Amino acid sequence: MLDIQHIRTQFPTLHQEVNGHPLVYLDNGATTHKPQVVIDAISHYYEKQNSNIHRGVHHLSQLATDAYEASRETIRQHLNAERSHEIIFTKGNTEAINLVANGFRSLLKEGDEVLVSAMEHHSNIVPWQMACESASATLKVIPMNEMGELEIDSYKSLLSDKTKVVAVNHISNALGTINPVKQMIQWAHEVGSAVLVDGAQAGPHCSIDVQDLNADFYCISGHKVYGPTGIGALYGKEEWLKKLPPYQGGGEMIATVSFKETTYADLPHKFEAGTPNIAGGIALKTAIDWLNALGLEKVVAYEKELVDYATQELSKIEGMRFIGQATEKAGVVSFLVGDIHPYDMGMILDKLGIAVRTGHHCAQPVMDQLCIPGTVRASFAVYNTKEEVNRLVEGVKKAKMMLS
Amino acid sequence: MASIQDIQQDIIDEFDMFEEWMGKYEHIIDLGKSLPLIKEQFKTKDNLIKGCQSRVWLHAQQQDGTVLYTADSDAIMTKGIIALLVRTFSGQKAQDIVQADTEFINQIGLKEQLSPTRANGLVSMVKQMKLYALAFQSQN
Repeated sequence: MLDIQHIRTQFPTLHQEVNGHPLVYLDNGATTHKPQVVIDAISHYYEKQNSNIHRGVHHLSQLATDAYEASRETIRQHLNAERSHEIIFTKGNTEAINLVANGFRSLLKEGDEVLVSAMEHHSNIVPWQMACESASATLKVIPMNEMGELEIDSYKSLLSDKTKVVAVNHISNALGTINPVKQMIQWAHEVGSAVLVDGAQAGPHCSIDVQDLNADFYCISGHKVYGPTGIGALYGKEEWLKKLPPYQGGGEMIATVSFKETTYADLPHKFEAGTPNIAGGIALKTAIDWLNALGLEKVVAYEKELVDYATQELSKIEGMRFIGQATEKAGVVSFLVGDIHPYDMGMILDKLGIAVRTGHHCAQPVMDQLCIPGTVRASFAVYNTKEEVNRLVEGVKKAKMMLS
Repeated sequence: MASIQDIQQDIIDEFDMFEEWMGKYEHIIDLGKSLPLIKEQFKTKDNLIKGCQSRVWLHAQQQDGTVLYTADSDAIMTKGIIALLVRTFSGQKAQDIVQADTEFINQIGLKEQLSPTRANGLVSMVKQMKLYALAFQSQN
Protein backbone atom coordinates (compact mmCIF):
# COMPACT_ATOMS: atom_id res chain seq x y z
CA MET A 1 0.00 0.00 0.00
CA LEU A 2 1.23 3.47 -0.83
CA ASP A 3 1.33 5.95 2.02
CA ILE A 4 -0.21 8.87 0.16
CA GLN A 5 0.00 11.29 3.07
CA HIS A 6 3.71 10.60 3.33
CA ILE A 7 4.10 11.06 -0.42
CA ARG A 8 2.29 14.41 -0.18
CA THR A 9 4.74 15.69 2.42
CA GLN A 10 7.47 15.39 -0.22
CA PHE A 11 5.79 17.94 -2.51
CA PRO A 12 6.26 21.51 -1.21
CA THR A 13 4.02 23.19 -3.80
CA LEU A 14 1.01 21.13 -2.79
CA HIS A 15 0.90 22.73 0.63
CA GLN A 16 -0.52 26.14 -0.09
CA GLU A 17 -3.81 27.95 -0.15
CA VAL A 18 -5.36 29.22 -3.35
CA ASN A 19 -8.11 31.80 -3.00
CA GLY A 20 -8.47 30.91 0.66
CA HIS A 21 -8.76 27.14 0.10
CA PRO A 22 -6.18 24.39 0.37
CA LEU A 23 -4.96 23.73 -3.17
CA VAL A 24 -6.47 20.75 -4.98
CA TYR A 25 -4.19 20.17 -7.94
CA LEU A 26 -5.83 18.12 -10.67
CA ASP A 27 -3.93 19.42 -13.68
CA ASN A 28 -1.25 16.77 -13.70
CA GLY A 29 -1.78 16.04 -17.38
CA ALA A 30 -0.34 19.50 -18.01
CA THR A 31 2.51 19.11 -15.56
CA THR A 32 3.13 17.32 -12.28
CA HIS A 33 4.58 18.85 -9.15
CA LYS A 34 8.12 17.96 -8.13
CA PRO A 35 9.15 16.01 -5.05
CA GLN A 36 11.77 17.63 -2.82
CA VAL A 37 14.44 15.18 -4.04
CA VAL A 38 14.05 16.49 -7.60
CA ILE A 39 14.25 20.11 -6.46
CA ASP A 40 17.31 19.19 -4.42
CA ALA A 41 18.93 17.44 -7.38
CA ILE A 42 18.67 20.63 -9.43
CA SER A 43 20.22 22.70 -6.62
CA HIS A 44 22.87 20.05 -6.02
CA TYR A 45 24.04 20.26 -9.61
CA TYR A 46 24.40 24.05 -9.50
CA GLU A 47 25.92 24.02 -6.02
CA LYS A 48 28.36 21.14 -6.39
CA GLN A 49 28.76 19.97 -9.98
CA ASN A 50 28.15 22.91 -12.30
CA SER A 51 30.30 22.33 -15.34
CA ASN A 52 29.90 21.69 -19.04
CA ILE A 53 29.65 18.03 -19.98
CA HIS A 54 31.47 15.82 -22.50
CA ARG A 55 34.25 18.30 -23.10
CA GLY A 56 36.28 19.00 -20.02
CA VAL A 57 39.20 17.04 -18.68
CA HIS A 58 38.74 18.59 -15.27
CA HIS A 59 37.16 17.05 -12.21
CA LEU A 60 33.84 18.92 -12.16
CA SER A 61 33.20 18.31 -15.83
CA GLN A 62 33.72 14.62 -15.20
CA LEU A 63 31.29 14.66 -12.26
CA ALA A 64 28.62 16.42 -14.29
CA THR A 65 29.17 14.17 -17.30
CA ASP A 66 28.89 11.05 -15.16
CA ALA A 67 25.66 12.26 -13.56
CA TYR A 68 24.17 13.21 -16.92
CA GLU A 69 25.13 9.91 -18.53
CA ALA A 70 23.82 8.01 -15.51
CA SER A 71 20.46 9.62 -16.25
CA ARG A 72 20.59 8.38 -19.85
CA GLU A 73 21.19 4.89 -18.51
CA THR A 74 18.26 5.21 -16.07
CA ILE A 75 15.97 6.30 -18.90
CA ARG A 76 17.21 3.35 -20.98
CA GLN A 77 16.31 0.96 -18.19
CA HIS A 78 13.01 2.69 -17.53
CA LEU A 79 11.96 2.30 -21.17
CA ASN A 80 13.75 -1.03 -21.49
CA ALA A 81 15.69 0.13 -24.52
CA GLU A 82 18.45 -2.15 -25.71
CA ARG A 83 21.26 0.43 -25.90
CA SER A 84 21.83 3.68 -24.03
CA HIS A 85 22.88 5.49 -27.21
CA GLU A 86 19.33 4.94 -28.43
CA ILE A 87 18.25 7.51 -25.83
CA ILE A 88 18.53 11.10 -27.04
CA PHE A 89 18.01 13.94 -24.60
CA THR A 90 15.66 16.64 -25.87
CA LYS A 91 14.07 19.66 -24.29
CA GLY A 92 10.80 17.78 -24.11
CA ASN A 93 8.32 15.53 -25.81
CA THR A 94 7.55 18.14 -28.47
CA GLU A 95 11.17 18.50 -29.45
CA ALA A 96 11.55 14.72 -29.61
CA ILE A 97 8.70 14.54 -32.14
CA ASN A 98 10.07 17.48 -34.09
CA LEU A 99 13.50 15.88 -34.24
CA VAL A 100 12.05 12.80 -35.91
CA ALA A 101 9.54 14.59 -38.14
CA ASN A 102 12.20 17.00 -39.29
CA GLY A 103 14.49 14.10 -40.15
CA PHE A 104 11.74 12.49 -42.21
CA ARG A 105 11.56 15.55 -44.47
CA SER A 106 14.50 14.12 -46.37
CA LEU A 107 13.28 10.51 -46.19
CA LEU A 108 9.72 11.10 -47.40
CA LYS A 109 8.94 11.62 -51.05
CA GLU A 110 5.93 12.60 -53.10
CA GLY A 111 3.13 10.07 -52.79
CA ASP A 112 4.29 8.77 -49.40
CA GLU A 113 1.81 8.83 -46.57
CA VAL A 114 2.06 9.67 -42.88
CA LEU A 115 -0.73 8.53 -40.56
CA VAL A 116 -1.62 10.39 -37.38
CA SER A 117 -4.61 9.65 -35.19
CA ALA A 118 -7.67 11.84 -34.69
CA MET A 119 -6.86 12.18 -30.99
CA GLU A 120 -3.33 13.54 -31.27
CA HIS A 121 -2.00 16.51 -29.35
CA HIS A 122 -1.08 19.36 -31.70
CA SER A 123 2.56 18.48 -31.09
CA ASN A 124 2.06 15.15 -32.87
CA ILE A 125 0.12 16.72 -35.75
CA VAL A 126 1.83 19.95 -36.74
CA PRO A 127 5.42 18.61 -37.09
CA TRP A 128 4.07 15.92 -39.45
CA GLN A 129 2.04 18.46 -41.41
CA MET A 130 5.24 20.44 -41.85
CA ALA A 131 7.22 17.36 -42.88
CA CYS A 132 4.53 16.30 -45.37
CA GLU A 133 4.33 19.77 -46.83
CA SER A 134 8.05 19.92 -47.25
CA ALA A 135 8.27 16.49 -48.91
CA SER A 136 4.96 16.70 -50.86
CA ALA A 137 3.78 13.67 -48.89
CA THR A 138 0.22 13.15 -47.67
CA LEU A 139 -1.01 13.27 -44.08
CA LYS A 140 -3.88 10.89 -43.33
CA VAL A 141 -5.94 10.61 -40.18
CA ILE A 142 -6.84 7.44 -38.28
CA PRO A 143 -10.44 8.11 -37.20
CA MET A 144 -11.85 7.67 -33.70
CA ASN A 145 -15.34 6.74 -32.55
CA GLU A 146 -17.69 8.63 -30.23
CA MET A 147 -16.30 6.79 -27.21
CA GLY A 148 -12.87 8.19 -27.94
CA GLU A 149 -11.32 4.98 -29.22
CA LEU A 150 -9.41 4.64 -32.46
CA GLU A 151 -11.24 2.83 -35.24
CA ILE A 152 -8.84 -0.02 -35.65
CA ASP A 153 -10.45 -1.43 -38.81
CA SER A 154 -10.09 1.94 -40.53
CA TYR A 155 -6.49 2.08 -39.38
CA LYS A 156 -5.79 -1.28 -40.98
CA SER A 157 -7.33 -0.18 -44.25
CA LEU A 158 -5.34 3.06 -44.25
CA LEU A 159 -2.07 1.14 -44.02
CA SER A 160 -0.41 0.44 -47.36
CA ASP A 161 3.01 0.31 -48.93
CA LYS A 162 2.70 4.11 -49.25
CA THR A 163 2.65 4.44 -45.45
CA LYS A 164 6.06 5.54 -44.24
CA VAL A 165 5.31 6.76 -40.71
CA VAL A 166 2.53 6.18 -38.19
CA ALA A 167 2.52 8.74 -35.34
CA VAL A 168 0.19 7.96 -32.48
CA ASN A 169 -0.05 8.68 -28.78
CA HIS A 170 0.14 5.90 -26.21
CA ILE A 171 -2.37 7.66 -23.95
CA SER A 172 -4.53 10.56 -25.14
CA ASN A 173 -4.06 13.75 -23.13
CA ALA A 174 -7.58 15.02 -23.77
CA LEU A 175 -9.49 11.77 -23.28
CA GLY A 176 -7.24 9.41 -21.35
CA THR A 177 -7.68 6.63 -23.92
CA ILE A 178 -4.93 4.00 -23.88
CA ASN A 179 -4.29 3.11 -27.49
CA PRO A 180 -3.38 -0.45 -28.56
CA VAL A 181 0.01 0.69 -29.78
CA LYS A 182 1.68 -2.73 -29.71
CA GLN A 183 -0.86 -4.12 -32.17
CA MET A 184 -0.76 -0.93 -34.23
CA ILE A 185 3.02 -1.13 -34.48
CA GLN A 186 2.90 -4.74 -35.62
CA TRP A 187 0.49 -3.94 -38.44
CA ALA A 188 2.48 -0.88 -39.47
CA HIS A 189 5.65 -2.95 -39.65
CA GLU A 190 3.90 -5.42 -41.92
CA VAL A 191 3.67 -2.68 -44.57
CA GLY A 192 7.19 -1.44 -43.82
CA SER A 193 6.20 1.73 -41.98
CA ALA A 194 8.04 3.24 -39.02
CA VAL A 195 6.03 4.08 -35.90
CA LEU A 196 6.52 6.97 -33.51
CA VAL A 197 4.72 6.74 -30.18
CA ASP A 198 4.05 9.96 -28.27
CA GLY A 199 4.43 8.81 -24.67
CA ALA A 200 3.96 12.18 -22.94
CA GLN A 201 0.94 10.98 -20.97
CA ALA A 202 2.03 7.36 -20.71
CA GLY A 203 5.24 8.19 -18.84
CA PRO A 204 3.58 8.67 -15.44
CA HIS A 205 0.68 6.25 -15.93
CA CYS A 206 2.02 2.97 -17.28
CA SER A 207 5.16 0.93 -17.58
CA ILE A 208 6.82 1.30 -20.95
CA ASP A 209 8.81 -1.38 -22.74
CA VAL A 210 9.95 -0.14 -26.12
CA GLN A 211 11.35 -3.55 -27.10
CA ASP A 212 8.12 -5.34 -26.27
CA LEU A 213 6.15 -2.67 -28.16
CA ASN A 214 8.75 -2.85 -30.94
CA ALA A 215 8.38 0.93 -31.33
CA ASP A 216 10.75 2.64 -33.73
CA PHE A 217 10.54 5.92 -31.81
CA TYR A 218 9.13 6.64 -28.38
CA CYS A 219 8.99 10.15 -26.88
CA ILE A 220 8.73 11.10 -23.23
CA SER A 221 8.50 14.33 -21.31
CA GLY A 222 10.36 14.97 -18.03
CA HIS A 223 7.98 17.38 -16.35
CA LYS A 224 5.00 15.05 -16.64
CA VAL A 225 6.82 12.36 -14.62
CA TYR A 226 7.67 14.52 -11.59
CA GLY A 227 10.84 15.81 -13.27
CA PRO A 228 11.86 19.31 -14.36
CA THR A 229 10.53 21.22 -17.36
CA GLY A 230 12.80 21.66 -20.36
CA ILE A 231 13.96 18.07 -20.47
CA GLY A 232 12.63 15.00 -22.23
CA ALA A 233 13.90 12.10 -24.22
CA LEU A 234 13.56 10.39 -27.54
CA TYR A 235 14.07 6.67 -27.83
CA GLY A 236 14.92 5.62 -31.35
CA LYS A 237 16.02 2.27 -32.71
CA GLU A 238 19.69 2.46 -33.61
CA GLU A 239 19.05 1.68 -37.27
CA TRP A 240 16.56 4.55 -37.52
CA LEU A 241 18.69 7.04 -35.63
CA LYS A 242 21.55 6.25 -37.99
CA LYS A 243 19.29 6.79 -40.97
CA LEU A 244 17.91 10.15 -39.81
CA PRO A 245 19.95 13.27 -40.59
CA PRO A 246 21.02 15.49 -37.65
CA TYR A 247 18.37 17.86 -36.31
CA GLN A 248 20.53 20.81 -35.29
CA GLY A 249 24.13 21.68 -36.03
CA GLY A 250 26.63 22.91 -33.51
CA GLY A 251 29.09 21.76 -30.91
CA GLU A 252 28.88 18.30 -29.41
CA MET A 253 27.20 16.76 -32.49
CA ILE A 254 30.34 16.70 -34.66
CA ALA A 255 33.29 14.38 -35.08
CA THR A 256 35.43 16.71 -37.21
CA VAL A 257 34.76 20.14 -38.65
CA SER A 258 36.51 21.94 -41.47
CA PHE A 259 35.17 24.50 -43.90
CA LYS A 260 35.21 21.83 -46.55
CA GLU A 261 33.45 19.10 -44.71
CA THR A 262 32.00 18.17 -41.34
CA THR A 263 31.50 14.65 -40.10
CA TYR A 264 28.95 13.95 -37.46
CA ALA A 265 29.43 12.42 -34.06
CA ASP A 266 28.18 8.95 -33.24
CA LEU A 267 24.90 8.33 -31.45
CA PRO A 268 23.57 9.77 -29.24
CA HIS A 269 25.64 12.96 -29.65
CA LYS A 270 24.72 13.35 -33.32
CA PHE A 271 21.33 14.65 -32.12
CA GLU A 272 22.52 16.63 -29.10
CA ALA A 273 23.99 19.85 -30.46
CA GLY A 274 24.99 22.49 -27.96
CA THR A 275 25.09 22.54 -24.18
CA PRO A 276 22.02 20.70 -22.97
CA ASN A 277 19.80 21.22 -19.93
CA ILE A 278 22.32 19.45 -17.70
CA ALA A 279 20.57 20.09 -14.39
CA GLY A 280 17.28 18.95 -15.91
CA GLY A 281 18.84 15.80 -17.31
CA ILE A 282 20.37 14.88 -13.98
CA ALA A 283 17.20 15.66 -12.02
CA LEU A 284 15.13 13.59 -14.45
CA LYS A 285 17.02 10.53 -13.23
CA THR A 286 16.10 11.48 -9.68
CA ALA A 287 12.44 11.76 -10.68
CA ILE A 288 12.39 8.39 -12.44
CA ASP A 289 14.20 6.72 -9.55
CA TRP A 290 11.73 8.30 -7.13
CA LEU A 291 8.76 7.00 -9.11
CA ASN A 292 10.23 3.53 -9.48
CA ALA A 293 11.05 3.38 -5.76
CA LEU A 294 7.33 3.85 -5.05
CA GLY A 295 6.63 0.99 -7.43
CA LEU A 296 5.11 1.91 -10.77
CA GLU A 297 2.56 -0.91 -10.56
CA LYS A 298 1.25 0.38 -7.25
CA VAL A 299 1.13 3.92 -8.62
CA VAL A 300 -0.80 2.82 -11.69
CA ALA A 301 -3.27 0.83 -9.58
CA TYR A 302 -3.80 3.73 -7.18
CA GLU A 303 -4.34 6.23 -9.99
CA LYS A 304 -6.89 3.89 -11.56
CA GLU A 305 -8.69 3.82 -8.23
CA LEU A 306 -8.80 7.63 -8.22
CA VAL A 307 -10.03 7.82 -11.82
CA ASP A 308 -12.72 5.21 -11.13
CA TYR A 309 -13.78 6.97 -7.93
CA ALA A 310 -13.93 10.37 -9.63
CA THR A 311 -15.94 8.90 -12.51
CA GLN A 312 -18.35 7.23 -10.11
CA GLU A 313 -18.87 10.34 -7.95
CA LEU A 314 -19.08 12.82 -10.82
CA SER A 315 -21.60 10.62 -12.62
CA LYS A 316 -24.06 11.29 -9.78
CA ILE A 317 -24.28 14.93 -10.89
CA GLU A 318 -27.25 15.54 -13.17
CA GLY A 319 -26.26 16.52 -16.67
CA MET A 320 -22.75 15.03 -16.34
CA ARG A 321 -21.29 13.99 -19.69
CA PHE A 322 -17.98 12.20 -19.82
CA ILE A 323 -15.91 12.98 -22.89
CA GLY A 324 -13.85 9.92 -23.73
CA GLN A 325 -15.29 6.69 -22.44
CA ALA A 326 -12.79 4.24 -23.82
CA THR A 327 -12.63 0.84 -22.16
CA GLU A 328 -8.92 1.32 -21.59
CA LYS A 329 -8.27 4.65 -19.90
CA ALA A 330 -5.68 6.20 -17.63
CA GLY A 331 -5.04 9.33 -15.66
CA VAL A 332 -7.79 11.58 -16.95
CA VAL A 333 -11.47 12.34 -16.44
CA SER A 334 -12.69 14.77 -19.09
CA PHE A 335 -16.24 16.05 -18.77
CA LEU A 336 -18.94 18.63 -19.43
CA VAL A 337 -22.01 19.43 -17.33
CA GLY A 338 -25.20 20.29 -19.21
CA ASP A 339 -24.48 23.19 -21.51
CA ILE A 340 -22.07 24.89 -19.11
CA HIS A 341 -19.01 26.19 -20.92
CA PRO A 342 -15.80 24.57 -19.63
CA TYR A 343 -14.21 28.00 -19.20
CA ASP A 344 -16.97 29.09 -16.80
CA MET A 345 -16.64 25.87 -14.82
CA GLY A 346 -12.86 26.27 -14.63
CA MET A 347 -13.15 29.87 -13.40
CA ILE A 348 -15.36 28.92 -10.50
CA LEU A 349 -13.35 25.82 -9.59
CA ASP A 350 -10.26 28.04 -9.48
CA LYS A 351 -12.00 30.33 -6.98
CA LEU A 352 -12.54 27.23 -4.85
CA GLY A 353 -8.85 26.38 -4.99
CA ILE A 354 -9.28 23.54 -7.48
CA ALA A 355 -6.90 23.48 -10.44
CA VAL A 356 -8.23 21.72 -13.52
CA ARG A 357 -7.55 22.25 -17.18
CA THR A 358 -10.29 23.65 -19.38
CA GLY A 359 -10.45 24.09 -23.12
CA HIS A 360 -9.35 21.98 -26.04
CA HIS A 361 -6.18 20.63 -24.38
CA CYS A 362 -4.18 21.30 -27.55
CA ALA A 363 -6.28 18.69 -29.32
CA GLN A 364 -8.66 20.87 -31.34
CA PRO A 365 -9.52 18.16 -33.88
CA VAL A 366 -10.92 16.02 -31.04
CA MET A 367 -13.22 18.84 -29.93
CA ASP A 368 -14.26 19.59 -33.51
CA GLN A 369 -15.21 15.98 -34.11
CA LEU A 370 -17.28 15.83 -30.92
CA CYS A 371 -18.76 19.31 -31.66
CA ILE A 372 -17.85 20.68 -28.24
CA PRO A 373 -15.95 23.86 -27.34
CA GLY A 374 -13.64 21.92 -25.03
CA THR A 375 -13.87 19.98 -21.81
CA VAL A 376 -13.09 20.27 -18.14
CA ARG A 377 -10.26 17.85 -17.46
CA ALA A 378 -9.26 16.50 -14.08
CA SER A 379 -5.98 14.62 -14.38
CA PHE A 380 -4.45 12.69 -11.55
CA ALA A 381 -1.08 12.00 -9.99
CA VAL A 382 0.02 9.68 -7.23
CA TYR A 383 -0.26 12.44 -4.61
CA ASN A 384 -3.96 13.06 -5.19
CA THR A 385 -6.52 11.76 -2.72
CA LYS A 386 -10.15 10.73 -2.63
CA GLU A 387 -10.80 13.75 -0.40
CA GLU A 388 -9.58 15.90 -3.25
CA VAL A 389 -11.94 14.11 -5.60
CA ASN A 390 -14.72 14.95 -3.15
CA ARG A 391 -13.66 18.61 -3.21
CA LEU A 392 -13.82 18.50 -7.02
CA VAL A 393 -17.30 16.97 -6.97
CA GLU A 394 -18.53 19.60 -4.48
CA GLY A 395 -16.90 22.31 -6.59
CA VAL A 396 -18.58 21.10 -9.76
CA LYS A 397 -21.93 21.05 -7.96
CA LYS A 398 -21.43 24.59 -6.71
CA ALA A 399 -20.36 25.81 -10.15
CA LYS A 400 -23.37 24.11 -11.68
CA MET A 401 -25.66 25.82 -9.21
CA MET A 402 -24.13 29.23 -9.95
CA LEU A 403 -24.08 28.80 -13.70
CA SER A 404 -27.45 27.16 -14.33
CA MET B 1 -25.52 59.89 -22.08
CA ALA B 2 -23.32 59.58 -19.01
CA SER B 3 -19.58 59.79 -19.59
CA ILE B 4 -17.43 56.66 -19.73
CA GLN B 5 -15.91 57.62 -16.40
CA ASP B 6 -19.32 58.03 -14.75
CA ILE B 7 -20.52 54.68 -16.02
CA GLN B 8 -17.34 52.99 -14.82
CA GLN B 9 -17.80 54.58 -11.39
CA ASP B 10 -21.40 53.30 -11.31
CA ILE B 11 -20.14 49.81 -12.04
CA ILE B 12 -17.51 50.06 -9.30
CA ASP B 13 -20.20 51.17 -6.81
CA GLU B 14 -22.49 48.37 -7.98
CA PHE B 15 -19.81 45.75 -7.35
CA ASP B 16 -18.86 47.26 -3.99
CA MET B 17 -22.12 45.84 -2.66
CA PHE B 18 -20.65 42.35 -2.87
CA GLU B 19 -18.04 41.48 -0.32
CA GLU B 20 -17.34 37.95 -1.50
CA TRP B 21 -16.22 36.66 -4.85
CA MET B 22 -19.35 34.52 -5.14
CA GLY B 23 -21.64 37.55 -5.15
CA LYS B 24 -19.49 39.25 -7.75
CA TYR B 25 -19.38 36.17 -9.92
CA GLU B 26 -23.12 35.64 -9.65
CA HIS B 27 -23.66 39.25 -10.66
CA ILE B 28 -21.34 38.81 -13.64
CA ILE B 29 -23.20 35.64 -14.61
CA ASP B 30 -26.54 37.51 -14.41
CA LEU B 31 -25.13 40.30 -16.54
CA GLY B 32 -23.91 37.71 -19.01
CA LYS B 33 -27.36 36.20 -19.24
CA SER B 34 -29.00 39.59 -19.77
CA LEU B 35 -26.57 40.85 -22.42
CA PRO B 36 -28.66 41.88 -25.44
CA LEU B 37 -28.07 39.31 -28.11
CA ILE B 38 -25.91 40.17 -31.05
CA LYS B 39 -27.78 39.81 -34.32
CA GLU B 40 -27.08 36.40 -35.86
CA GLN B 41 -26.01 38.11 -39.08
CA PHE B 42 -23.12 39.70 -37.17
CA LYS B 43 -21.84 36.44 -35.70
CA THR B 44 -19.54 36.04 -38.64
CA LYS B 45 -16.06 34.73 -38.97
CA ASP B 46 -14.82 38.27 -39.52
CA ASN B 47 -16.32 39.40 -36.23
CA LEU B 48 -14.93 36.43 -34.29
CA ILE B 49 -12.14 37.05 -31.83
CA LYS B 50 -10.55 33.74 -31.09
CA GLY B 51 -9.40 33.04 -27.58
CA CYS B 52 -7.88 29.75 -26.59
CA GLN B 53 -10.61 29.15 -24.00
CA SER B 54 -13.70 31.00 -25.14
CA ARG B 55 -14.83 32.76 -28.28
CA VAL B 56 -16.02 36.34 -28.61
CA TRP B 57 -17.95 38.02 -31.42
CA LEU B 58 -17.87 41.79 -31.70
CA HIS B 59 -19.77 44.06 -34.06
CA ALA B 60 -19.41 47.83 -34.22
CA GLN B 61 -21.27 50.51 -36.16
CA GLN B 62 -21.46 54.30 -36.17
CA GLN B 63 -24.56 56.25 -35.29
CA ASP B 64 -24.87 60.01 -34.89
CA GLY B 65 -21.20 60.46 -34.13
CA THR B 66 -21.09 57.64 -31.62
CA VAL B 67 -20.05 53.99 -31.79
CA LEU B 68 -22.55 51.23 -31.05
CA TYR B 69 -21.23 47.83 -30.05
CA THR B 70 -22.95 44.48 -29.81
CA ALA B 71 -21.10 41.37 -28.76
CA ASP B 72 -21.46 37.79 -27.62
CA SER B 73 -19.44 34.89 -26.25
CA ASP B 74 -19.95 31.18 -25.80
CA ALA B 75 -18.86 31.40 -22.14
CA ILE B 76 -21.19 33.14 -19.72
CA MET B 77 -18.47 34.67 -17.52
CA THR B 78 -16.83 36.16 -20.58
CA LYS B 79 -20.25 37.40 -21.66
CA GLY B 80 -20.71 39.12 -18.31
CA ILE B 81 -17.50 41.09 -18.72
CA ILE B 82 -18.53 41.89 -22.28
CA ALA B 83 -21.78 43.30 -20.89
CA LEU B 84 -19.74 45.67 -18.70
CA LEU B 85 -17.54 46.73 -21.60
CA VAL B 86 -20.50 47.29 -23.91
CA ARG B 87 -22.29 49.26 -21.19
CA THR B 88 -19.20 51.45 -20.79
CA PHE B 89 -18.32 52.06 -24.41
CA SER B 90 -21.43 51.64 -26.53
CA GLY B 91 -23.02 54.95 -27.45
CA GLN B 92 -19.89 56.96 -26.66
CA LYS B 93 -17.92 59.18 -28.99
CA ALA B 94 -15.13 57.41 -30.84
CA GLN B 95 -12.54 59.81 -29.48
CA ASP B 96 -13.59 59.12 -25.87
CA ILE B 97 -13.43 55.36 -26.42
CA VAL B 98 -9.94 55.57 -27.86
CA GLN B 99 -8.74 57.47 -24.81
CA ALA B 100 -10.57 55.44 -22.16
CA ASP B 101 -8.97 52.76 -20.01
CA THR B 102 -10.39 49.58 -18.51
CA GLU B 103 -8.94 50.05 -15.05
CA PHE B 104 -12.45 49.62 -13.56
CA ILE B 105 -12.31 45.87 -14.27
CA ASN B 106 -9.37 45.65 -11.87
CA GLN B 107 -11.15 47.80 -9.32
CA ILE B 108 -14.19 45.54 -9.19
CA GLY B 109 -11.94 42.60 -8.38
CA LEU B 110 -12.13 40.85 -11.75
CA LYS B 111 -8.62 41.67 -12.84
CA GLU B 112 -7.91 38.06 -13.74
CA GLN B 113 -10.64 38.20 -16.38
CA LEU B 114 -8.57 40.62 -18.42
CA SER B 115 -5.33 38.75 -17.88
CA PRO B 116 -3.76 37.42 -21.08
CA THR B 117 -3.20 34.05 -19.43
CA ARG B 118 -6.95 33.47 -19.28
CA ALA B 119 -6.91 33.38 -23.04
CA ASN B 120 -10.59 34.20 -23.10
CA GLY B 121 -10.52 36.66 -25.96
CA LEU B 122 -11.37 39.66 -23.77
CA VAL B 123 -7.99 41.34 -24.06
CA SER B 124 -8.24 41.14 -27.83
CA MET B 125 -11.83 42.33 -27.60
CA VAL B 126 -10.89 45.53 -25.76
CA LYS B 127 -8.20 46.15 -28.33
CA GLN B 128 -10.66 45.52 -31.14
CA MET B 129 -13.25 47.89 -29.63
CA LYS B 130 -10.64 50.63 -29.59
CA LEU B 131 -9.47 49.84 -33.11
CA TYR B 132 -13.05 50.25 -34.40
CA ALA B 133 -13.31 53.56 -32.54
CA LEU B 134 -9.99 54.67 -33.98
CA ALA B 135 -11.05 53.71 -37.49
CA PHE B 136 -14.37 55.59 -37.18
CA GLN B 137 -12.57 58.58 -35.70
CA SER B 138 -10.20 58.81 -38.62
CA GLN B 139 -13.10 58.55 -41.08
CA ASN B 140 -14.77 61.61 -39.60
